[in-house]
Amino acid sequence: MSEIVDILISASFWAAVLRIASPLIFATMGELICERAGILNLGIEGIMVAGAFAGWMAVYSGAGLWWGVGVALLVGMGFGLLHAVFTVVFSLSQHVVGLGITLLATSSSYYAYRLSLPEVTSPPRIEPFQPLHIPGLSDIPFIGEALFSQTALTYLAFGVVALTALTLYRTPLGLAVRAAGENPSAVEAQGLSVAAVRIGAVVAGSGLMAVGGAFLTMSAFSSFFFEMINGRGWIAIALVVFGAWSPWKALLGALLFAAFDALQVRLQQTALGAEIPYQVFLMIPFILSILALVLMSRRANVPAALMVPYNRGER
Amino acid sequence: MRLEAIARPSPLRRFGPPVFALALTFIIGGLLALAAGADPFATFGLILKGAAGSKFALLETLNRATPLIFTGLAVAVAFRAKLWNIGAEAQLYAGALATVIVGTKLGLPGPVLIPLMALAAIAAGALVLLGPVLLKTRLGVDEVVTTLLFNFIMLLFVSMLLEGPLKDPMGMGWPKSEPIPRGARLPRLVEGLRLHWGFGLAILSAVAVWVLQARTTLGYEIRAVGQNAEAAAFAGVPVGRVMVKTALISGGLAALAGFSEVAGLRGNLTLDVSPGFGYTGIIVAMLALLHPLGVIATALFVAGIFVGADSMSRAADVPTYIADILVAVALLCMVLALAFTRFRMVRG
Amino acid sequence: MSTDNAAQGGPVLRLSGITKRFGALTANDDISFELVRGEVVALLGENGAGKTTLMNILFGHYTADEGSVEVFGKTLPPGHPGAALKAGVGMVHQHFTLAGHLTVLENILLGTEPLWKPMLGRRAAREKVAKLSRDFGLAVHPDAPVSTLSVGERQRVEILKALYRDARILILDEPTAVLTPQETDALFETMRKAVAKGLSVIFISHKLHEVMTISSRVLVLRHGKLVGSMTTAETDRHGLAHMMVGAEIEAPDPSGARPGAVLLSLDAVSTPADGSRTGLDGVTLNLKAGQITGLAGVSGNGQGALAALLSGLVTPSDGTMSLAGEPVGPWSPRKALKAGIGRIPEDRHTTGTIADFTLTENAVLENYNLPPVSRRGWMDWRAAEAQALEIIDTHDVRCPGPDTRIRLLSGGNMQKLILGRVLENGPKIILANQPVRGLDIGAVTYVQERLIAARDAGAAVLLISEDLDEIIALSDVIRVISEGRLSPEFARGSKTPAELGQWMAGQGYDNAA
Repeated sequence: MSEIVDILISASFWAAVLRIASPLIFATMGELICERAGILNLGIEGIMVAGAFAGWMAVYSGAGLWWGVGVALLVGMGFGLLHAVFTVVFSLSQHVVGLGITLLATSSSYYAYRLSLPEVTSPPRIEPFQPLHIPGLSDIPFIGEALFSQTALTYLAFGVVALTALTLYRTPLGLAVRAAGENPSAVEAQGLSVAAVRIGAVVAGSGLMAVGGAFLTMSAFSSFFFEMINGRGWIAIALVVFGAWSPWKALLGALLFAAFDALQVRLQQTALGAEIPYQVFLMIPFILSILALVLMSRRANVPAALMVPYNRGER
Repeated sequence: MRLEAIARPSPLRRFGPPVFALALTFIIGGLLALAAGADPFATFGLILKGAAGSKFALLETLNRATPLIFTGLAVAVAFRAKLWNIGAEAQLYAGALATVIVGTKLGLPGPVLIPLMALAAIAAGALVLLGPVLLKTRLGVDEVVTTLLFNFIMLLFVSMLLEGPLKDPMGMGWPKSEPIPRGARLPRLVEGLRLHWGFGLAILSAVAVWVLQARTTLGYEIRAVGQNAEAAAFAGVPVGRVMVKTALISGGLAALAGFSEVAGLRGNLTLDVSPGFGYTGIIVAMLALLHPLGVIATALFVAGIFVGADSMSRAADVPTYIADILVAVALLCMVLALAFTRFRMVRG
Repeated sequence: MSTDNAAQGGPVLRLSGITKRFGALTANDDISFELVRGEVVALLGENGAGKTTLMNILFGHYTADEGSVEVFGKTLPPGHPGAALKAGVGMVHQHFTLAGHLTVLENILLGTEPLWKPMLGRRAAREKVAKLSRDFGLAVHPDAPVSTLSVGERQRVEILKALYRDARILILDEPTAVLTPQETDALFETMRKAVAKGLSVIFISHKLHEVMTISSRVLVLRHGKLVGSMTTAETDRHGLAHMMVGAEIEAPDPSGARPGAVLLSLDAVSTPADGSRTGLDGVTLNLKAGQITGLAGVSGNGQGALAALLSGLVTPSDGTMSLAGEPVGPWSPRKALKAGIGRIPEDRHTTGTIADFTLTENAVLENYNLPPVSRRGWMDWRAAEAQALEIIDTHDVRCPGPDTRIRLLSGGNMQKLILGRVLENGPKIILANQPVRGLDIGAVTYVQERLIAARDAGAAVLLISEDLDEIIALSDVIRVISEGRLSPEFARGSKTPAELGQWMAGQGYDNAA
């Protein structure tokens, strides 16, 4: 028990929480936007792989870090467009299309990686984002190290949450997105195109997911390796439910989850870690995600038209 | 623009789009080969040769298809009830675990062990899927994410057991289980050929599922629940019980893939007993339009691509991942092609 | 400017040669008419005549195959509600187009501002909505989530949506189907205010007395064609009815009821509320053999709960339900079927049938697990098909064959299959929930006649309908439901529609026993 307290009062723990949460925040916001518009995007895991690879590859090929983020964003948006055309324009099963896109994005990334770097034994590294020093804030004892010694992408993640909340609740565009997820015929009857709103939401959300993946290869680690996303996409879907489709609550969920994940890693180093197999610790994040889903099973806030395809003028 | 349903599609509309989908898949495959600097036709030739060009290749394909038939059936049965079982991977490993535990820890004679292992596998797989399904029917928790997350948990669990209680003391430190006794291995289908009875069992399972769906009351109930659970409930169909039965069948079938791989092909359990058969089963099922006999065909097709690609990439410089891309593209193209079979785009 | 044309006395709206086909069906056949400023035109026709299709073309939900629409002298680009809205056309849909989790204000604001604008103009909108509410008599709470509103309140929001966008032409699609008589009067008052302000109104209905009350001109559609166009003064209900149907309709004769024993009784039964669905509140009800009990009420006041109770989908949380004097034990749809309750569900598409199942598969949906259709877990498809053919034959279900997917059938034929499925079992109690909603007159008459025949054969029929006229016409006794409570029993003819309307609006329950 005292080991847990020791961990919790260390600044490096909280710094790790923010770092672990960052890719989840991007991915969760991305999925939240898709689902608010009425589309379940099961391509998230694959899109994160593609973002991780594309961003890293761009930097490895000589581009600047922010150009890499831009490339990841575009790649994510591309897969998002593919998903949206299949599910919005052709009203195909969102489950099947999403899983197909995850497979396609993952396998194309691995293929492209193998093509570019045929015989590597250890993954090559790039120069990742460095922690961004904020004058004043970063120098505060404890809090400075805990909260303000992150890379720019982490600060961007929090900014994205604020932007998502602001857009959804205060702008006409956000209103249209929310309405598309509640009752598409309401949107159509007011002269807007449900298809355009949904496609836009899925494209934007998928871009964010890819940036989440890119965080892993360009900020947290500095190389790309297979299986690196390791289920973060699926966890993001659980976090959207846990956050009741609200950006701020989903952020809270991501931070909570990251805290448990950071705790689990550190516990492996303690005396407890010597007795319990490391696999048990690694299971914790996944079990927690399932628990989160069970806890939020009342689901009164589900967007009413989530996963209901809209066919204009259907009789 | 909107979609309008077509009452009676013409033969051109029924077969044209799927053929086109297949063609598009191969075109994209060709482009991928070009990107790798290889000749597309030579690449496909190597894939074909690797899949079916020799007796060895053919047997390899059939062996690879066996677990895919099982997981494909598992997914097809579940998806028909709109039960999104993405956890066939976990159910496969559960079956493999049960097979190995029963096979190596009970000191019973071989012929007794075989059916026991199969039954234990089915029970294990059924139980693994039952959890998420009960969460769905009792608490309304979506089963897509729960079954998915469970795949990760199960893999870690198997890893833990293989490094712990199930570890083979003769295994030189590698995380693998003790081998199953010779007498408890599934016999060869034909003397001298490297094809075991797992394949036969898979074919039989497919036929059994087909009969179940078309001719039994449960099959009717599963279809009703899958198409319109609300109308089914109103009419008196016990939806929750049907879901549970579906879960037991689906989980059991996926687990048989694990049983077949362990007791038929490999003889023991390692972490790499499945290179994603559970996930590939989803592709196999969708390509077969959830038809149990179609699953046999699509499993052979997909297995052929993977086996052929493995062999091809040893001879050429095209990464094996081309197989995964081809299969993903085939799925997406086929799903799109189906839409064109059933609907047309109409102005206003 | 757009209104100059109208000020000069030209038509505000002109439809020319509108034709629309859906596959083999011609929904609108060469329809032309004009609308002038400040008039209320009623668009009359039975279900399936093409009224809603025509209005959907006007509003831009559909594109006509031939013909054109001119609003204030300018041709409307087809297929875009946005264009219609900009031209000043507003539509109040029959099935409301509102987003439940959003507030009234948000629903009204949706789509009224460019999507690139950084902020919603809530304050200005609030003021405008308040003014419109006062001017047109449409009271609403702007910050209430729409899901918490009653049906009447939701309709007011729908109307405000149109008025907020400065509609000059207002289309109302069957607006009174879900209103009490008093709410209908309030709606007509709003329409008069609108007309006084220079708006023109198209009022779609199949209710003749309302058409005669509120409209200045009537257009009659039948089978997609415009068969009559005249001022209201020139015609009467009888003439309109004749034009709507093209023949003399024999309304079914519901007299001659011989009530017998009580087959089903509810004694102070309550059921819990289910999400937004109102539960039952201390309901006492006796269904007698050989009698049609009509349940009148505004949609959303507990009819769903009562139907679910009788269907076997819910159990009472309080009070007792008894069948032929015996209290009911564990309850489920199968138990209800076994107890002889036949159920015609409210929505034949979502609850009554499985769209992609064949007629055979739908015909056995309630008895698929019993002999002869199934024995020991195996289906006997020949017996199933025989059952389907029996129903198709007896009830004249028009279809290509029993292997057709039921989604290809018309609403009327689908309902006949459901009715047949129910009647073939010889039920003692029949729950008929909105049995003729959306059906053409031929199917309506058939279903009503069959229900009366079942009653004459000794069944107890509970008829639930939003259409007060239908309840009054068919019921031997009437109960009104409001907020889960039942009014006392009213014998046929003992209460006027206005008096029933008061009960529907919730007055009188506290004094009743």
